[in-house]
Amino acid sequence: MFHSKVFVTLKKSILDPQGKAVEQGIHSLGFEAVANVRIGKYIEMDIDTEIKADAERMTKEISEKLLANLVMESFSCSTEPVIE
Amino acid sequence: MANVKIGIVVFPGSNCDHDAHYVAGTILNQDARLIWHKESSIGDADVVVLPGGFSYGDYLRCGAIARFSPVMKDVVRFANNGGLVIGICNGFQVLTEAGLLPGVLLRNKSLQFICKYLHLRVENAQTRFTSQCAAGEVLEIPIAHGEGNYFTDPDTLNRIEDRQQVVFRYCDRSGQLTEEANPNGSLNSIAGIMNEQGNVLGMMPHPERASDPVLKHTDGGKIFKSIIQNFVYQQA
Repeated sequence: MFHSKVFVTLKKSILDPQGKAVEQGIHSLGFEAVANVRIGKYIEMDIDTEIKADAERMTKEISEKLLANLVMESFSCSTEPVIE
Repeated sequence: MANVKIGIVVFPGSNCDHDAHYVAGTILNQDARLIWHKESSIGDADVVVLPGGFSYGDYLRCGAIARFSPVMKDVVRFANNGGLVIGICNGFQVLTEAGLLPGVLLRNKSLQFICKYLHLRVENAQTRFTSQCAAGEVLEIPIAHGEGNYFTDPDTLNRIEDRQQVVFRYCDRSGQLTEEANPNGSLNSIAGIMNEQGNVLGMMPHPERASDPVLKHTDGGKIFKSIIQNFVYQQA
């Protein structure tokens, strides 16, 4: 069994109004030094296989085809064995 | 007008399906039918409508899950064979996710969900969706969305502009493109585009909400009438 973690983020060229709104909130909280707030998604999943390369391949394919829309987003992922 | 078989796909979370059905069936007297998303086929529908709403609760991204609904395989096949498909609002989002139209609909620039009547300029009146309109005509049709900010890479944008795939742009009452008239931050004020072959249209505004004379707004009806008339003409 493997456990994958996928981070989906908006591409740098894409304006992130949600991040901007949160940035304003952070400033209101008193942290004026904070800038360039961007919001993304974190997805985790278990994959029932004994072969790490298979789990990695599946994670990548799922990320490309469903979890991220590559027109506007990019992703990074990692896969580690589940220690029972 | 002859009867055109208009199939309206119903996803879990669609909420403009019955409006589209009412316009096609009751206002325009066509053979309108609802197609549940779990069907494996669209049957003998002549035209497919992907309606507005919040398919699958807009989870992950708008339209991202709906495109894996069983019926979508047949919708893609139908579209690739030249069948007429119109995606409205969430339907437009589904079409981009399914790869039938280029680009993507981002969160509105203002972050707000916007529901109001606004103006659209018909950029291309020589399409199967707009032949009842004049080029440059200004239509009044409402929008209702939180993610309608059209985006694509510069090369794709140039290509769809060059090939006149931009069918509608947001404009003011007089047809001018201004920043204030662009409600969501869409590139080039794009409100609706079609594919290169001209048989798939996606638009964020809701023509089905401006088709019943009782509502005093009937500009949306021109789009449905164009689709119907061109289909009948094509068959003749």
